Amino acid sequence: MSQPEAALFVTCLADLMRPEVGFAAASLIQRAGFTVVVPRQGCCGQPNYNAGDKAGARDLAKAAIAALERFEIVVVPSGSCGGMIAKHYPHLFEADDPWRPRAERLASRTLELTQFLARHPLPDGPKAPAGKIAYHDSCSARRELGVLAEPRALIAAHTDAEIVPIADAESCCGFGGTFCVKYPEISARMASEKTAAIAATGAGMLVAADLGCLLNLGGTLKRQGSPIAIKHIAELLAGEP
Amino acid sequence: MTALDFKSRAHAAMNDAKLAPALKRMKSHFQTGRAMAAARFPEFEMLRDRAAAIRRRSIALMPDLLERFEANATAAGMQVHWAADAAEACAIAARICRDNGVRRAIKSKSMATEEIHLNAHLAREGIEAIETDLGEYIIQLRGERPSHIIAPAIHLSKEDVAETFRAAHGDLPPGRDIAERTALVKEARVKLREAFLTADAGITGANMLIAETGTILLVSNEGNIDLTATAPRLHIAIAGLDKIVESWDDAGIVLRVLARSATGQDMSSYVTCLTGAAAEGEAGPRQSHIILLDNGRSAMRASNKAEMLACIRCGACLNHCPIYAATGGHAYGGTYSGPMGAVLTPLFDGLRENADLPNASTFCGRCQEVCPVRIPLPMLLRHWREDAFAAGIPPRGERWGLGLWRWAGRANWRYRLATRAASLGLRLTGWWQRGTIRRLPLAGGNFTATRDMTPPSGASFQSRWKGQR
Ligand code: SF4
Repeated sequence: MSQPEAALFVTCLADLMRPEVGFAAASLIQRAGFTVVVPRQGCCGQPNYNAGDKAGARDLAKAAIAALERFEIVVVPSGSCGGMIAKHYPHLFEADDPWRPRAERLASRTLELTQFLARHPLPDGPKAPAGKIAYHDSCSARRELGVLAEPRALIAAHTDAEIVPIADAESCCGFGGTFCVKYPEISARMASEKTAAIAATGAGMLVAADLGCLLNLGGTLKRQGSPIAIKHIAELLAGEP
Repeated sequence: MTALDFKSRAHAAMNDAKLAPALKRMKSHFQTGRAMAAARFPEFEMLRDRAAAIRRRSIALMPDLLERFEANATAAGMQVHWAADAAEACAIAARICRDNGVRRAIKSKSMATEEIHLNAHLAREGIEAIETDLGEYIIQLRGERPSHIIAPAIHLSKEDVAETFRAAHGDLPPGRDIAERTALVKEARVKLREAFLTADAGITGANMLIAETGTILLVSNEGNIDLTATAPRLHIAIAGLDKIVESWDDAGIVLRVLARSATGQDMSSYVTCLTGAAAEGEAGPRQSHIILLDNGRSAMRASNKAEMLACIRCGACLNHCPIYAATGGHAYGGTYSGPMGAVLTPLFDGLRENADLPNASTFCGRCQEVCPVRIPLPMLLRHWREDAFAAGIPPRGERWGLGLWRWAGRANWRYRLATRAASLGLRLTGWWQRGTIRRLPLAGGNFTATRDMTPPSGASFQSRWKGQR
């Protein structure tokens, strides 16, 4: 019996800034019993959409839809880009636009990585060593996709990590895409409040499912001279060092 | 208000050493209050759904309901006035005062009167207006505007207030002890009692207008609204058109989510319902007026921001907003602040002048999560961004960058070329800066101003993934 296929939409941030996340996600999808396909792809269009450039976002969404719509399952290692496709794509097109049903179909087939792994579990294996970790929920995963339990269950099942809660966990980390360069002072304040809460947990590592939050918080921690390392949940679960 | 822009005001606020602790107190106080109120009331979410539906229905039926309100209020003896904008509302209020020889008016907290700058207008007409809500009284003495819709003086410490009182109440002994909150409240009470007893008119806002009986409903915690509306011989209420609801049942549902969302109380301490005017021999004002204020609301109702009219001014979106928590309310530069202010201020004061407000959000969505009437605030902010983009308001560099990104993304080879170049550039910069990028001259170096950037470990994922199709 041949394996089912799943497409990986790697996100432009992981593609460029941390390719390891793409490889880790691919290996997890494989271990969950799927053949990973990486169709040629670009950006989901969120930067344009969030800047008010709806027509630009529509163009980028069309490119993504064309690349991804032939797959039964599309996996995205990011709540933010996953939410863009799963929740916002249909709104980009008017009800009578032929792209609307295509956007809706893709939206219904798109899963954020931990959502995917909750539905298509990984086989049991040796638990990856992790120690004390702080887990940060991105706002898009938490509020747009309602993903909260999935990452924690996966971490508990596949690593020996002890997850310590971050105070005021519901607050945004201050990344917000271009927000962090448009309003650097406010963004830095939000990030430093978050890193203070993370440091107070005593965790040795910060894990999240969104690279945007991780680059913001990891970069802030590093500038502060903190020893706390960052890891994307895909890297943690895949057992990457 | 200053002529500075949002960023400069935010910068000043964030460097105000006294503001940060005040905002932190506010945030934990209101957030905990709401969370506890919701936790002890299992029907809260269901009630929010009903309140959301009621408010949307009220806005959909707004013109008809307002006419019913007018008919019923008039029949009960109230005088109803319609004001198209701020200037007209101010003129009507001033005329009523003039016609009735009013020299001194007391006021309860009202965002509508803040919105139309009523006090300044009345002062120009020689009419003194004294705020009787404690917070409003304090900021009035200081010549400031409210920094929060339900806690107008939240930006001040008790030391600030003591200083303000010493400066304003020169007739009281300078050696008096007003270090503690209770002493401050007591002193304000003495001063305000004078005002209550000598005022010729009382001016209030309205939390709801109940169409079926022509009733004005007001909530407060200090009891000052009761006195303001009923002690003087004349009452003037000013309310936005959006305050309308159809029935007492509707008002009851809205009331049950309002205080829980605002302060975490199950119900505000006072709910005042006023219908008509007092007859000969009855207690209460002999003349009662209501000014129904449009000021852009009808236009908003016809736009893609119509849902904003469902707002019940509870302040929950401010209390849970990380931007508001960092900058406080004055940075927004308008009457309203926080997420709801970022939607409303461009409407009242112009989008071009306030283009920062809809942009200063990470779209974290917490405001929408706590809004009792489930207003999709991030989506409304997004609509403003779309309006701004269509009007060419964003800086040229930003529009140019977005256009380039769109163009690159339309053909995959261009996207790949861009990624390849960026990856190479970042890796070279990283190598040059010995492994960690501490300065990156992109977007003004803003990302690396407070963060280190780890350069990519190698070429992009897609360029290394074998067998791409
Ligand atoms: S938008 Fe919602 S949360 Fe904000 S003040 Fe209005 S009703 Fe309250």
